[in-house]
Amino acid sequence: MAAVHHPDNELGHEHEHHGPPAGIMRWLTTTNHKDIGTLYLWFSFAMFLTGGVMALTIRSELFQPGLQIVEPEFFNQLTTLHGLVMVFGAIMPAFVGFANWQIPMMIGAPDMAFARMNNWSFWLLPPAALLLISSFFVPGGAAAGGWTLYPPLSIQMGMGMDMTIFAIHILGASSIMGSINIVTTILNMRAPGMTMMKMPLFVWTWLITAYLLLAVMPVLAGAVTMLLTDRQFGTNFFNAAGGGDPVMFQHIFWFFGHPEVYIMILPAFGIVSQIIPTFARKKLFGYSSMVYATSSIAILSFVVWAHHMFTVGMPVTAQLFFMYATMLIAIPTGVKVFNWTATMWRGSMTFEAPMLFSIGFIFLFTIGGFSGIVLAIVPVDIVLQETYYVIAHFHYVLVSGSLFGLFAGTYYWLPKWTGNMYDEGLAKTHFWCSMIFFNITFFVQHFLGLAGMPRRVPDYALQFADFNMISSIGAFGFGFSQLIFLYCIIKCIRGGPKATDEVWEGADTLEFTDLPSPAPYHSFETPPKVK
Amino acid sequence: MNALQPNLVMLKKLLILAVVMFAFGYAMIPFYKKICEVAGLNNLLQPDTLVEETRLVDTSRMLTVQLDANTRGLPWEFKPLQSTVKIHPGELVEVMYEITNNSAREVTGQAIPSYAPLLVSQYIKKLECFCFTKQVLKPYEVKQMPVQFLIEPEFPGDIDSLSISYTFFEIGLSNGTTSNEDKSTKSKI
Repeated sequence: MAAVHHPDNELGHEHEHHGPPAGIMRWLTTTNHKDIGTLYLWFSFAMFLTGGVMALTIRSELFQPGLQIVEPEFFNQLTTLHGLVMVFGAIMPAFVGFANWQIPMMIGAPDMAFARMNNWSFWLLPPAALLLISSFFVPGGAAAGGWTLYPPLSIQMGMGMDMTIFAIHILGASSIMGSINIVTTILNMRAPGMTMMKMPLFVWTWLITAYLLLAVMPVLAGAVTMLLTDRQFGTNFFNAAGGGDPVMFQHIFWFFGHPEVYIMILPAFGIVSQIIPTFARKKLFGYSSMVYATSSIAILSFVVWAHHMFTVGMPVTAQLFFMYATMLIAIPTGVKVFNWTATMWRGSMTFEAPMLFSIGFIFLFTIGGFSGIVLAIVPVDIVLQETYYVIAHFHYVLVSGSLFGLFAGTYYWLPKWTGNMYDEGLAKTHFWCSMIFFNITFFVQHFLGLAGMPRRVPDYALQFADFNMISSIGAFGFGFSQLIFLYCIIKCIRGGPKATDEVWEGADTLEFTDLPSPAPYHSFETPPKVK
Repeated sequence: MNALQPNLVMLKKLLILAVVMFAFGYAMIPFYKKICEVAGLNNLLQPDTLVEETRLVDTSRMLTVQLDANTRGLPWEFKPLQSTVKIHPGELVEVMYEITNNSAREVTGQAIPSYAPLLVSQYIKKLECFCFTKQVLKPYEVKQMPVQFLIEPEFPGDIDSLSISYTFFEIGLSNGTTSNEDKSTKSKI
């Protein structure tokens, strides 16, 4: 619609800068990358709160041993949907939101390559989310076999599972379209002079992420399609009684699943790689090694999937291969952590909220990386499989990794998006509350896992009581800390001290050097000159 | 329009990539089955063959084999004719199972084996088993079926008892039916 209005506006008011249509139609019909970015970000924040409420219900139930608040069946639905909502509803769309806002501005392009498809890939998300959430209210409830949807449970469940499968199909289609858009924009629409090796690292990480998405989302679509036909159309891909094999699902799922975890972290690497040089007032240390490290991580992600399933009874040679391949990933990741640290070394650092979140990211993500190496060791993993140690590990990389990266990026670019500075005091409070409560919540879960507490249980043995209570208190603290974030953003949108065009003293990417704050609705209609 | 041309070319290429990867997901299935076959994993439906000369019976050890039988979702009664057998590692034995169709319809079932402890699966050799094929039972038919197996002499010495279990699943029905039955029993509880 917005596109249809263009010629009229231009004819009628030759010199007037045309704006978007007013009201809800602006958002339904928008093809503007900034509007769509905003939609993605608000959608993912809503899903973040939804998944958060599920997490807090889980933690309330686990506050004490015994069954107090929810039925075990409902508890299983909560753990499953918490995972699905956070992965597909919160983290992934949030990064796509950043990509929409930032990539065209950072490479000097006027908009995304396929603006209408962009609109469509966003508007597929709300129906998918609706399907996921409303599956709680159908007979049999929501999917309850874990977010990984392993058969045989996922074959036996009620219609909630069919809704989940359909939701995943829609989310997958949305991701694929989004990725096509991002790859095409980056490869074809860079401003003259913006060579590949001059692209900001956020753009690089998103290019690689988009390729990963294109390679694995269709595989997930295939896997859930097989589940669907097994459930409804009498095929026997995973049904042992019909000659299928449930373990095969795990292989296909994790062929998608492992690249997927890098899909959720690589853009965060990109954000942090933009922020640290800015606040250290130095160039990023080892730019090209960062690019190569990111690419190696992406390639290696395709050959490590079976480390999620060491206990299925695979031959020891296969276990060794996947163990060594997994540990190999620590090398490019180590290169990245080294480069970030080396960028800070002897820099003129200041510690505004984006920098605090980035340093928190490096610190906590590295802890998550180390517990990942522990889990990569086959004999250790066989003991720790399906325990809280795994939960602690992936929350360190997903919450203090991806989510902290998202927080850092939000504070970093919010002044550019709104034209107003956010409240630094509030943002720092948000950081310290998140940092402290996050560790209270998840650090103790390492101990629970080492002591043998299984994951996905609504009740547990008495010896786990103290750590669970600590973890639950931390979880509520972490949850409520996010309301500070919400308040801080709304306050910044409504007003505040005007941001300068450069916003941050050390920022050197195009959106800071060549565009005013707030960034105009249409930017770079004539491409900038890249030095 | 010319400016859009390279973008559309890229769109096509990337769409093809997505479609190829979707097909790749399905291609993993025959590939996976082939790997399992080559590696000798998971060959539930093929009889094993024995190399005669290497068959040694270790008479110094005695293993207690517990036989277990279950059905799931089909109107059959299924039981072993003897609940345990005592065998020497390496000794070829035959045990009998009996199935009874308690319904007035013809039912097809497939038995899936399961072993405890898990490592039994590496040492058991089955020459004959009703689980290699589908079993079709006419209304109220009773059928006795053998399993011929041995446990290899290399079986770890610290284990002296093991279980072999079979579960019959009905085939030819869509899974939806089974799951509905499961749900109705659950709601009664």
